[in-house]
Amino acid sequence: MSDALIARLAGDLQPIHRLAAPWTRAALWLCAALWLAGILALFTDFTALSHRLMAAPDMGLAAIGAVLTGMLAAVAAFMTSVPGRSAWWAALPAPALVLWLAASGAGCLRTDAIGWTKPEGAMHPMACLYFIVLVSAPLAGLLVWQIMRACPLRPALTASLAGLASAGTAAALLTLIHPFDATATDLTAHFVAVGLVVVGVRLLGATRVT
Amino acid sequence: MPSPPDPPSFFRARRTHRYRPARKNGTRPFRPIGAPLTETIDVTLSALMAAAQDGDSRAYQALLRACVPLATATIRRQGIPPDRIEDVLQDVLLTIHRARATYDPRRPFLPWLRAIAQRRAIDALRRRYRQAATEIQDEAATLATPDTAADADDTLAQADRAHELAAAVRALPPGQRQAVELLALQEHSLEQAAAETGRTKVALKVNLHRAIHALRRKLAEGGHV
Repeated sequence: MSDALIARLAGDLQPIHRLAAPWTRAALWLCAALWLAGILALFTDFTALSHRLMAAPDMGLAAIGAVLTGMLAAVAAFMTSVPGRSAWWAALPAPALVLWLAASGAGCLRTDAIGWTKPEGAMHPMACLYFIVLVSAPLAGLLVWQIMRACPLRPALTASLAGLASAGTAAALLTLIHPFDATATDLTAHFVAVGLVVVGVRLLGATRVT
Repeated sequence: MPSPPDPPSFFRARRTHRYRPARKNGTRPFRPIGAPLTETIDVTLSALMAAAQDGDSRAYQALLRACVPLATATIRRQGIPPDRIEDVLQDVLLTIHRARATYDPRRPFLPWLRAIAQRRAIDALRRRYRQAATEIQDEAATLATPDTAADADDTLAQADRAHELAAAVRALPPGQRQAVELLALQEHSLEQAAAETGRTKVALKVNLHRAIHALRRKLAEGGHV
């Protein structure tokens, strides 16, 4: 039976373009994320942002953690989508994720300790959740579409990494329009949103990337 | 005491050898005579895959044929039962076909192939365990297994049920009837049944599933379930 299958597969053979290296494909996706960041930058008050970052360095660290988590999770998603690459690539975003969680947690503890009150103009926690989910959706869609062109042998793992990449990037972009310390409620909303995106992309994406 | 002789050059080369770097055009150089066997195979398969990516169907056919024993060995090592190896092998060949754009000729071929074969074998084992736990198999086994310990009344009732069941099986559409007869009653494997009927294994599974539901409905109407 294998002989018949081999004959059929070889008979239908067409030349194909080799996929670019995972790094290159990750860079293309990050370009799309940068383009989105460019649009959001039009609405950003950079003076207020720089003041906030100087006053609360942990917020800057959390933003760097989110950016790195998004970038490294995207690289890991592309790496795990190619047969023969180690599944250990999935651990690539772990240090950045730890930085993101730790810095966000530290910021949250500090705001609770000093009895910080939310300034006027700060977003409602649910608005943060909607922002992360809505901004993640196109980023995740693009990432899953790029991954579909490869052949992930562990679709659930690859889709989860794609979800983490999109949610991390969206959370980093949120800093541009929401440069405030996170309260416990904000932080919960952020991570619920990230969790929703990761689980959603895992459930929806895993069936598409196989 | 005389010292042991030097190992043959093949083993010396195997210990010290590393893959040669790719050329600038992306292909890897062929090893000279005496190169380790694994690498010679790898380089040959890599060149065949590069040609297949460019549309050379003869190279592709040669590549897939060469992959069969290598993939079979990997599948066997994963613990796939002998009667399922052919199924998993076909899955591997289809995955190689679908994933061929992901192969980079500057990288070794064998790890790429091994990853596909291992993963497909693991998927097959998972499917098998899930399948074993499904209702379909339980129902099929119940329908096909006679109760030998029944008393006289039970035997009559059983004969009645068997008669009803046989009539219900005869009333099934031809495709479903054939699936029940071959898979549940005659206990043929999916491969055998597919070869006998010329239908795909998926079609046979779907037919069996539908037949079991139809039989259950039919027998429930007659008060037997």
